[in-house]
Amino acid sequence: MSEISVQPQIRRQTQKTVRLLTIPLTGLYALLMNAIGLMMDFIQKRIGIRKMAYIFVLPNMLLFATFSILPILGNFYYAFTGGTKVLPENRYFAGAANFEFIMQCNNYLDPSSCRADLFWRGLYNTVSYVIFSVGGILLFALITAIVLNQPIKGRGFFRGVFFYPTLLSSVVVALLWKWILQREGLLNAGLTGLGLEPVNFLLSAEWSKFWVVFIGVWSNVGFYTLIILAGLQAIPATFYEAAKIDGASSWASFRYLTLPLLKPSLIVVFVLSFIRCVQVFDHVFVMTGGGPGTATQYIVQYIYNTGFSSDPPNLGVAAAASLILGLIILVLTLIQLRVTGSGEETDYA
Amino acid sequence: MNAHKKMIKILSLLTTIIIVLPILAACSTPTPETIIQTVEVEKVVEVEKTVEVEKEVIVTKEVEVQAEQTDIRIMMAIPINAEVVMEDLLDRFESQNPDINVILDVVPYPTILEILPLQLETGEGPDIAKVSNIAGLYEYYLDMRPYLSDPAYWEENMGLTMEHMNPDGGNRISGFYTDVTVTGAFINRTLFEQAGVPVPSDTSDKVTWEEWAEAAVKVRDATGVDFAMAIDRSGHRISTLTISEGAKIFDDDGNVVIDDEGMRRALQLMLDWHADNTMPLDVWAGGDSYREATNDFINGNLVFMQSGVWQVGPFTDKIGDAFDWEVVPNPCGVVTCTGMPGGSVMAAMKATKHPEEVARVMEFLAAEENYHEWAARALYIPQHNGIMAKGVEYATELPQALRAFKVFGEESTRLDPLSYRLQNHLYGYVIMNAIRDRLTQALVGELTLEEALARMQTDVDEALAAAK
Amino acid sequence: MPDRIIPFLFRTRGHKQLHLTDFLMYFYLTLGTILMFGPVVWGFVSSFKTQAELEKYPPSFLPYANKTIEIAGYDRPLSMYTVKLDDGSVAELAQVRRVGIEAQFADPTNPDELIKVHVDQTEPLRSLTLQWENYILPLQRFEFFTFFKNSIIVTILATLITLFVNSLAAFALSKYEFKGRDLIFLLTICTLMIPTTVTLVPNFLIITKLGWVNSLVGVIIPAVASPTSVFLLRQYMLTLPNELLEAARLDGASEWRIYWQIVIPLSAPAIAVLAIFSVNWRWNDFLWPLIVLTHTEKFTIPIGLHLFQGDYQIEWQYLLAMSVLALLPITLIFAFLQKYITTGIASTGVKM
Repeated sequence: MSEISVQPQIRRQTQKTVRLLTIPLTGLYALLMNAIGLMMDFIQKRIGIRKMAYIFVLPNMLLFATFSILPILGNFYYAFTGGTKVLPENRYFAGAANFEFIMQCNNYLDPSSCRADLFWRGLYNTVSYVIFSVGGILLFALITAIVLNQPIKGRGFFRGVFFYPTLLSSVVVALLWKWILQREGLLNAGLTGLGLEPVNFLLSAEWSKFWVVFIGVWSNVGFYTLIILAGLQAIPATFYEAAKIDGASSWASFRYLTLPLLKPSLIVVFVLSFIRCVQVFDHVFVMTGGGPGTATQYIVQYIYNTGFSSDPPNLGVAAAASLILGLIILVLTLIQLRVTGSGEETDYA
Repeated sequence: MNAHKKMIKILSLLTTIIIVLPILAACSTPTPETIIQTVEVEKVVEVEKTVEVEKEVIVTKEVEVQAEQTDIRIMMAIPINAEVVMEDLLDRFESQNPDINVILDVVPYPTILEILPLQLETGEGPDIAKVSNIAGLYEYYLDMRPYLSDPAYWEENMGLTMEHMNPDGGNRISGFYTDVTVTGAFINRTLFEQAGVPVPSDTSDKVTWEEWAEAAVKVRDATGVDFAMAIDRSGHRISTLTISEGAKIFDDDGNVVIDDEGMRRALQLMLDWHADNTMPLDVWAGGDSYREATNDFINGNLVFMQSGVWQVGPFTDKIGDAFDWEVVPNPCGVVTCTGMPGGSVMAAMKATKHPEEVARVMEFLAAEENYHEWAARALYIPQHNGIMAKGVEYATELPQALRAFKVFGEESTRLDPLSYRLQNHLYGYVIMNAIRDRLTQALVGELTLEEALARMQTDVDEALAAAK
Repeated sequence: MPDRIIPFLFRTRGHKQLHLTDFLMYFYLTLGTILMFGPVVWGFVSSFKTQAELEKYPPSFLPYANKTIEIAGYDRPLSMYTVKLDDGSVAELAQVRRVGIEAQFADPTNPDELIKVHVDQTEPLRSLTLQWENYILPLQRFEFFTFFKNSIIVTILATLITLFVNSLAAFALSKYEFKGRDLIFLLTICTLMIPTTVTLVPNFLIITKLGWVNSLVGVIIPAVASPTSVFLLRQYMLTLPNELLEAARLDGASEWRIYWQIVIPLSAPAIAVLAIFSVNWRWNDFLWPLIVLTHTEKFTIPIGLHLFQGDYQIEWQYLLAMSVLALLPITLIFAFLQKYITTGIASTGVKM
């Protein structure tokens, strides 16, 4: 049999198998839903259609109230109390002492003049991390999306390639890279092979900061690439044709056509990556532990250290610090959205 | 509603019940059967080392056990060579006490430090745990006195343990020392020989830190290994240096005063050693995820390492006689030549729901022959007057290990009172951690020595103020 | 052709345009592939090496190990080396020990005589070996099967519950008018800004009061209500035509039936995307399970991996092997479903 006629047969077989597998699942789904439906229909008869919405949001709201709202309130409680204990009844009221501890500085730009020098170090480290990683993500996600938008062979494959690292656990990622970067790691082996001096990356403050940003971008760029890619693909080809007919160069069509139309996607990437990068912790903690010294100690690690690994733990300061952090994120995000025009989708259908 | 729809509704209800019940079962606290299974797995693995016949016997025994068992949980962070010994002891206990099921949770060390206190305060947590912050957790210890069959045994043999576990002056009987530790220096004598450098402690009783540093560097350069000298990244270990060089830590009123001549001298030495590469920056600079000096010593890549007696077990296990490792007395500073005491206790916890059973487990483990077996096989030093009077017959023939214990034994008699004071102080760890963390910053150049000393002081003061 | 228009960031070069940029593109893609896959491949290959091999520098790519030989009188098998002896001849000997610059060898044919040689005169005899023990030992000794089981339970249950609870809420928020709707929506968005560390300890307290410490329920339930999921699904559901729902109501369908028979199937792409994210996140979740679980039989895989960073040594060979195993399910799902995943995210991205 020729190859060409075998293929449809194989496809039909796989489709059959897939269908066979999904039938019991869909059957189960239907049964389960019907069972719940008994109760739901009963309720609906009592309260009517419109009020069903309350029932529907109920599970979500319940969980949300218990595990998101309540803890935040709890956090406020911790921030205004002192002591080394965890149970609320074992703590004493401290007023704004924790906030004072954090905010007391002779010169806000110089951490060593502050009482909570590690907080401010962490904060400024985080600022530079955010600038570089968000910048890196925007830049590389854009480039990659543009490249992936071209009619290249194996486009689907390459899309997956860049997305793969986002699926990996940050603990595993950090361990793998740590091992590659260590004194006798792969990278140094490569450098000596090329005749260069090996570098003790994780002992150098600058290199550590670089690698931490690099890995942050490396493990996230794929996700944001897809978002920008979607934005690119939504731009009708006719626009480009029209531009070319008008004599626009490729660079001009990029600058005046692509970029403005990509604005909503770029804003989404900017805001999301910003929120995530400010809270960076996992891969840095595993790889450098905040070192060397405190070069890669970012603000979330400061909160973690203060609230967990210190002996004794200072939950009050940790809570206060996290509230300050939350406030900063909120304010900055609002500013971003205001400045960039809150990214409403342009309707160009 | 037609019959078809009715049938679907009934079927759906049944399916839901069938699906939901197992899920609920999975979520509830584990039934004894589940635990038996887990323990069974462990046992089968153990027994594979011995005879086939025994395997069958033990398996059937598990099946016979009634469901009416009390679970006692022990949480420990220990190396593998010690874990094996503890498992053996617990197996024996269970076969003698079929109504108690002991579960050993081996957790990462940070879990004991960070999460255990959290659990203890909220009333969750294991029935027994091996803790190193002995004074700090005293409020969670169970007084086993009412449940022990022979409290006098504990008072006679483990009085020192009781002292340490009752920093408030009480007389609770709450546990025993799994290992009493003292710090000391390990050298790789084989490397010294290869380098043709004489070992300073051969000819002198009092070798200074500087002399060791010099010798180690010569050995490193001659043999081409990577690292000359290292001190564990630990406030505890660095205190051997600081106290030997004359740091006083406390003033006459008992307040903590960090900055003094001795402390400066010691820290300056650290700075100098790192500046001229006598010590690798990797160990101290790395923050929480630092390079373990132990690893390098085991691989014969480090000449001199300041650590402690808890390494004897792992070294016996991992180095054996691959090279001649030796323990030398604690190096001398300007003022004295001292190490630091330490150790961990197996502590019974107040929040347990089964204090009687806990007492039974503890009595078994602390019984003289069992306690001796633990120390002898895990290669630890016990705190037990009866055992120490006869001496521990360590389960190793490795001459290095036996000699090591001898030296450590001698060292423990020469400890400076200040070392004891620091170690047993309620906030000893606060002080030691502050020194450790700020020293790291000074070593990488983030802070000057002046700034580091000032920060150490404020760190301690703030922490103590918050704790009151 | 329309999509052959190439927006590029470099200056135009006339007729050379296409060539140069094509080359650059493929170069970028190849570099990207090496960079993206490289570390994992390297980890995979290295997971088969012995501990000694892992510490060797410079490292070899493929897993080699020393040839070993058993000699009477020694407990462990000894590694074989080719040794240049002082008399000029070359022999294959078994290394007894090696410290610093000196190594001791025993001749397999004459094991009692020990020969001391400077290390520069020795070369190890190596062959390609796959150290399967790296995989087998942790599974046996460290109960990695249990960790796998727990991870699977947590991941699947958490994903199912998450999808259910959040899609229900999204449905309500998108298709119904009710009092408090906007407030709820605003609240969900605001909580996005709070870092998880903030809620860690209070959540632990709540879990304790509920008696969920050291149970998988305590790991699963707290993070189920996810603002991002609700937001994403709501945006998607807004695009579903209301006429469809009205028609169904006229036919006598209950609201619940509309939900599970109409809205959910139509929202399949968005739900699939959320499912992928949930599976991925739950499988890799580390910090929260670490705090909630201290009973070994409840540990999930990331905690298990963390155990290998022991007090005294990082046992890299086990760490790598188990990391590879932990990556395996995700990699397989990814390999087979990659197309759906990437197109799914793209399509929901547009709706934002």
